[in-house]
Amino acid sequence: MSSKITAALFGLLAAGPIAAAQVAVKAETIHTVSGPVIKDGVVVVTDGKIAAVGPAAEVSIPAGHEVLEAKVLVPGFVDVRATVGLTGIYNGDDQAHDQDMLERSAPIQPGLRAIDAYNPREELLEYIRSFGVTTIHTGHAPGPLVSGQTMIAKTRTTTLADAVMKPFFGVAATLSPKAQSGAGAPGTRGKTYAMLREALIGAEAYKAKLESYDGEGAPPARDLAKEALVAVLNGEAPLIVTANQAQDIASALRLQEEFSVKVWLDMAAEVYTLMDEVKAAGSPVLIHPTTYRAYSETKNLSFTTAAKLAEAGVPFAIQTGYEAYVPKVRVLVFEAAIAAAHGLGFERTLESITLSPAKLLGIADRVGSIEVGKDGDLALFNGDPFEYTTHCTGVVIEGEVASRAVR
Amino acid sequence: MSHSRLSMPRVLFGVAAALLFLSPIVGAQTTAITGGTLLPIDAPAIEGGVMLVEGGKITAIGAADAVKVPAGAVVVDATGKVVMPGLVDTHSHIGGIGAADSSGPLQPGVRVYDSINVRSSGFRRALAGGLTSLNIMPGSGHLSSGQTVYVKLRYGDSTPRTIDAITYRFPDGAPMGGLKMANGTNSIRNEGKGGFPGTRGKSAFLVRSLFIQAQEYRAKIERAVDEDGNPDESKLPDRNLHLETLLEVLDGKRIVHHHTHRHDDILTVLRLAEEFGFRVVLHHVSEGWRVADEIAAAKVPCSAILVDSPGGKLEALNLVMECGGILEKAGVRTAFHTDDWITDSRLFFRSAALAVRAGMTRQGALESLTLAGAEMMDLQDRVGSLTPGKDADFIILSGDPLSVYTRVEETWVEGEKVFDLSDPKDQLYAEGGYGAGEEISPYFCCYDHLMKKEAN
Repeated sequence: MSSKITAALFGLLAAGPIAAAQVAVKAETIHTVSGPVIKDGVVVVTDGKIAAVGPAAEVSIPAGHEVLEAKVLVPGFVDVRATVGLTGIYNGDDQAHDQDMLERSAPIQPGLRAIDAYNPREELLEYIRSFGVTTIHTGHAPGPLVSGQTMIAKTRTTTLADAVMKPFFGVAATLSPKAQSGAGAPGTRGKTYAMLREALIGAEAYKAKLESYDGEGAPPARDLAKEALVAVLNGEAPLIVTANQAQDIASALRLQEEFSVKVWLDMAAEVYTLMDEVKAAGSPVLIHPTTYRAYSETKNLSFTTAAKLAEAGVPFAIQTGYEAYVPKVRVLVFEAAIAAAHGLGFERTLESITLSPAKLLGIADRVGSIEVGKDGDLALFNGDPFEYTTHCTGVVIEGEVASRAVR
Repeated sequence: MSHSRLSMPRVLFGVAAALLFLSPIVGAQTTAITGGTLLPIDAPAIEGGVMLVEGGKITAIGAADAVKVPAGAVVVDATGKVVMPGLVDTHSHIGGIGAADSSGPLQPGVRVYDSINVRSSGFRRALAGGLTSLNIMPGSGHLSSGQTVYVKLRYGDSTPRTIDAITYRFPDGAPMGGLKMANGTNSIRNEGKGGFPGTRGKSAFLVRSLFIQAQEYRAKIERAVDEDGNPDESKLPDRNLHLETLLEVLDGKRIVHHHTHRHDDILTVLRLAEEFGFRVVLHHVSEGWRVADEIAAAKVPCSAILVDSPGGKLEALNLVMECGGILEKAGVRTAFHTDDWITDSRLFFRSAALAVRAGMTRQGALESLTLAGAEMMDLQDRVGSLTPGKDADFIILSGDPLSVYTRVEETWVEGEKVFDLSDPKDQLYAEGGYGAGEEISPYFCCYDHLMKKEAN
């Protein structure tokens, strides 16, 4: 009994604001991403922030800092699109109670907030963190036409308030046959697109009502779903559109033109067929996990698409996304590795899971590279992080050693 | 550019083939693979070794000074490359397959052989991954979803016209394969429709009942045969395809390939195998690490799956990358499988490499993709190692088989090149792109209760 109470108290303590530990990491190679590679270097993290970076000969480690060692040190990874935290480790089973990423009760539900479903103690978070992921853009999964909102969080096991960086980031929509399932769902592509236009036109009318309200009489009744779409119309939140086949990608771009919203392309298996159009539209691509199953609407995905996006100069980042039955695509560095080996190369691949997603998500002032003043988010490896047979040997989040597992 | 590089040897080959056709006195062509690092699997690596191939078989392998390249041999220069046997996948679902339907939980008489589309791009992608022999299985939504078929990917310039062109044969000429069985949650259907079990206890009960029926069927047949072995037609039982299949299993001709994840489900399989005396390979074995000693004691081999995280479903919640290494250490013969579409045939090396990351030996990992799998399909005399007398199924790699940066450059089956990364057509299958993929997912029949969260 008493041990239970102690455990509960400890849990409460651990869940409170983290007293940032003081940590320094000595590494044979430091990939800062934003600057040159440093050999035999040191990174000092003080009070949660990076206080110093440089060659060991030039950077002294202040007293009271725990010293970790690594062969290769990289910034903590940023997963540009996941569902972890809403999706739990059990997955897709009748008995599971940790599957909050798909709400099929209606086709269009932009009012669903990600923070109301995010479990910062989810075991799956601990697992992906042990492979170097320190920041995730997560939320409602692709599937329903408009499935809900997304958020950005650190992968720490802590309270929601402490983990969250942005409680509302974007609205997730799906333009694919996957949207043709669930109550009230469209039955064809034409209907799918028509319903999405209707929703946005409805939100435009709501926005006009809000803007024309002059304070006289009752204000327009609140509409949580339309409020989220107004944020999209105002350009405050991107509309993250899952589209894989060429015609669906083209539809997503058409949406951007009609409503002047920020359309982000999610998955985009056949994006290589429309590279010029995507580049002209300025839409970033959250490219599918490299090892996603090549069947049905993703049948034509390619291991080389990330490299082609890089060549074309289209802003992109690699994601883990969402795979349902027996999901494999949960470890970001594994997905990146296949892209690295198929034309993207080491440097660009590393950037695509660190600084590029941080810039896209508007959090590059805090994460994505090893620079003085940024959060102390680091991933330690005992060799090339992309090699099959090397290990992630430690993870630091805001100065706290968040994983000591050898993965 | 790659076109011109390619067309030349093809023209030469065409000329050679024409000469062969016109003049029967010309002997079989010898191909010599030279200069590369040969990994025979059943013997130590040979740096700069020579392997000779003739008539679709390996005729010699050894150090450059020990094996002479005969005059007139076609020389394939593999300098700087790694040459090893074609990979053996003990568990694949490619080919647009579908066997047992939703009418019942035990359908051993149904053959996956009757469902395969040889034009499926899955076969080309498998070759791009270096796979040459596969066990194509129906799914695990049944206690038994039917017979599996062992295929050899004889895909040259022209696609095989029928499944028979790629099917291994039993000595009696019948398509060679095993029997797919499953326990755990995939085959448990709470609705109880079509006689499907709702619990593990019922699952084992149904399997035991059918095996006992098979034993009685055998006894009836034996009673109908006189001392000289002549059957009395009037006493013979009616033919029953399900039970006939189980007799092949009881005779040891047909190996049971058993889907099983949880440690107690694994032990249930071992118990049933002991009770009825059938040969079995344990497939997936997510929790095999928990009962590695018991599996070793039963001398039952394992074909493990390796996916990137635990918890694809409840029964795989304790799947760990360490499993392969723990089984190996316990003395269990261990292979991996793709379970394609669960994992991609083009990334088969990845399973073994990640197992090495988690403690398996390199040699064990290389065997797990080749010889160990061949043994689990009774094909070890044909494939699985670079051994004189075996089929000339081999692959040429750009480097270390366990590195993410290594590419399969060529795949050869029975002495014929069937995949060449420098051919744009083959490159499409290797990397993906427009036209590379499969329109439909495999037909698994009874997974609706597990897959309902995923649309389509």
